[in-house]
Amino acid sequence: MTIEQQINFHTISVLVDNEPGVLARVIGLFSGRGYNIESLTVAEVDIEKAISRITIVTSGTEMIIEQIKAQLGRLVPIHKVSDLTLDGPHVERELALVKVVGTGDKRVESLRIADIFRARVVDSTNESFVFEIVGDTGKLNAFIDLMRPLGLADISRTGVAAIARGTEGL
Amino acid sequence: MSTTKISGAEIILKALADQGVEVVFGYPGGAVLPIYDAIFNQNQIRHVLVRQEGGAVHAAEGYARSTGKVGVVLVTSGPGATNAVTGLTDALMDSIPIVCLTGQVPTHLIGNDAFQECDTTGITRPCTKHNYLVKDVKDLSKVMHEAFHVARSGRPGPVVIDLPKDVCMALENYTPKEEIELKKYQPRLKPDADRIEEAVKLIAGAKKPVFYCGGGVINSGPEASKLLTEFVRATGYPCTLTLMGLGAYPASDKQFLGMLGMHGTYEANMTMHGCDVMVCVGARFDDRITGRLDAFAPGAKKIHIDIDPSSINKNVKVDIPIVGDVAHVLKDMMKVWKDKKFKPDTKALDKWWAQIADWRAVDSLKFDQSGEIIKPQFVLQRLGELIKGKDSYITTEVGQHQMWAAQYLGFEEPNRWMTSGGLGTMGYGLPAAMGVQIAHPDSLVVDISGEASFLMNMQELSTIAQYRLPVKCLILNNFYMGMVRQWQELLHGSRYSESYMESLPDFVKLADTFGMTGLRTTKPGEVDDILKEMIEIDGPVIADVQIDPTENCFPMIPSGAAHNEMLLGPDDKAAKPVSEEGMVLV
Repeated sequence: MTIEQQINFHTISVLVDNEPGVLARVIGLFSGRGYNIESLTVAEVDIEKAISRITIVTSGTEMIIEQIKAQLGRLVPIHKVSDLTLDGPHVERELALVKVVGTGDKRVESLRIADIFRARVVDSTNESFVFEIVGDTGKLNAFIDLMRPLGLADISRTGVAAIARGTEGL
Repeated sequence: MSTTKISGAEIILKALADQGVEVVFGYPGGAVLPIYDAIFNQNQIRHVLVRQEGGAVHAAEGYARSTGKVGVVLVTSGPGATNAVTGLTDALMDSIPIVCLTGQVPTHLIGNDAFQECDTTGITRPCTKHNYLVKDVKDLSKVMHEAFHVARSGRPGPVVIDLPKDVCMALENYTPKEEIELKKYQPRLKPDADRIEEAVKLIAGAKKPVFYCGGGVINSGPEASKLLTEFVRATGYPCTLTLMGLGAYPASDKQFLGMLGMHGTYEANMTMHGCDVMVCVGARFDDRITGRLDAFAPGAKKIHIDIDPSSINKNVKVDIPIVGDVAHVLKDMMKVWKDKKFKPDTKALDKWWAQIADWRAVDSLKFDQSGEIIKPQFVLQRLGELIKGKDSYITTEVGQHQMWAAQYLGFEEPNRWMTSGGLGTMGYGLPAAMGVQIAHPDSLVVDISGEASFLMNMQELSTIAQYRLPVKCLILNNFYMGMVRQWQELLHGSRYSESYMESLPDFVKLADTFGMTGLRTTKPGEVDDILKEMIEIDGPVIADVQIDPTENCFPMIPSGAAHNEMLLGPDDKAAKPVSEEGMVLV
């Protein structure tokens, strides 16, 4: 496989006007042009100017990633598109709520692993825990895999939020 | 801001007038009645009543394409909006500035599946450049002005404004254009100076260059075509145009190679294939242009000038991308060319032109009009001769006749050629011709049509009759969906599945029912007479020219083939079967 055909993951940050339909525009662009969305998060970040930040993790060849950014940039309510993966070091975080149901040794083991991963217990019954865990996608995946044999019952993940390291803002 | 409050509908009309709009193409309905009432009460803006909303959008496209202004459409909610969708998609694909006002059920009913309700902004999101749903009359002035700005700036395109009935009836102050701050959408026009230098240097050093230019030159304005012509002539390099670009460079010029692409000339495609430096100006490396991508211009360094960054490196990786408006870029390039006293490599260029002369000698557009059946190419060649020097505009439908028109009619200036390129919308030409004629009432406007395309929007004959538009419909009637039949012949063993046109109307009588002149011929000897008559009659004409039903459109790059693998004529196809990969392409 040549470099041109190689598929890479990119984390793209987009500043948009917080107006009705803006998320549909972004999602419609991805589905309409056959691009992948691995994760997508959105929330308002500037209430005064009504600006939201959308963080998209996507995958594709170099040419496709370039297209995705150019296509996003074409949308009228989009102010800025920035490829965090290309732009330099950045921090990515995701939060997951993980429900594990079980008793006895399995229950104890889940609590011990949670401790190692610095996951917090946010709800508990005699037969279950809900863990809250924060980290990058890999860490969350590892934690969830470890919980699987211990009675994993339900997962809710936020998707990736990301920001560049250093002094520069978007 | 004025102090008297007026209705939303009146705000819309004021904003249209403020934006310099003269004509609106539309069709009324329940949700837009307040707007129609406001139209009734004013004299500034003319409303042209079409017969189906699809016709309104194509008419506005013809109007826009032939004037460089924004075309305006007004349709009702639900079916009015959905009927407009094809035209909007067409305008998006071909970068035509359109503002389409759609009625909507009152805001409190939105989402209730009310009568004639549809999710217009949802449906039109992927087929517009941008769209708005105005839920508060306070936003109306701003949205109206912003919509025009978005439609005409950067790469032009269609914009929809969805207008709930209660918003059109609510009272508010009008804010004029000058008081609206448009900070939202500001596409880049000025190119990067370093890139220009680099590009001009590459152009000057070329040994086998080609200019490949498209609709972006025309969208940039008549100035861009002038600059292009000036620059191409200064270099002495060959120039080819896409379907959308015809007219951007004078067809009669000796440096012009004709159209390129699937049905382009042999010399244009071979020059593209063999070039060492390709200067793409306002074109987008569409699949009809490139043929098989891995064999596209294999030895070429490519420069790509486009106002839309998403067009760059989409299909073909280029060496020097230049984002900017064509006129701005060409002006800067011309300046660098002159200031640095660049000269073309005449020795290499002479050799290149000698090679091109050999390709030209193949005479890929030759045809034989010796028999008793009319050849379509002959009709168009004659039409081209007869309208030479006349103030004329040509629209087309989609299919064989469109390609023949592109091949045989020469266009000397921009904005004279209106055709559906990207979307390939049959039924485009007749309403488009209507829009062109509205904009240019005293000019000759010819819709070149096939009988199948003509039937797709022929309800608009009624509009043409109502407004006494002297549109000439030249039907090249071969009793087939010709391009479909051609592909079935080429790819599907001549099994002509559903491509025969049965039960056609008598076009002469059809003309008669609308009070138009109907003409018909089946004889080559009568072609000149009928064309002259058509041109001279002061009023609308339908000319039914019955042509050879077996004629195919050549030369042709079969799907999945490269530029240097053209079929030159019917005898050529047996020798070069279409590949399996090519079969699945459209």
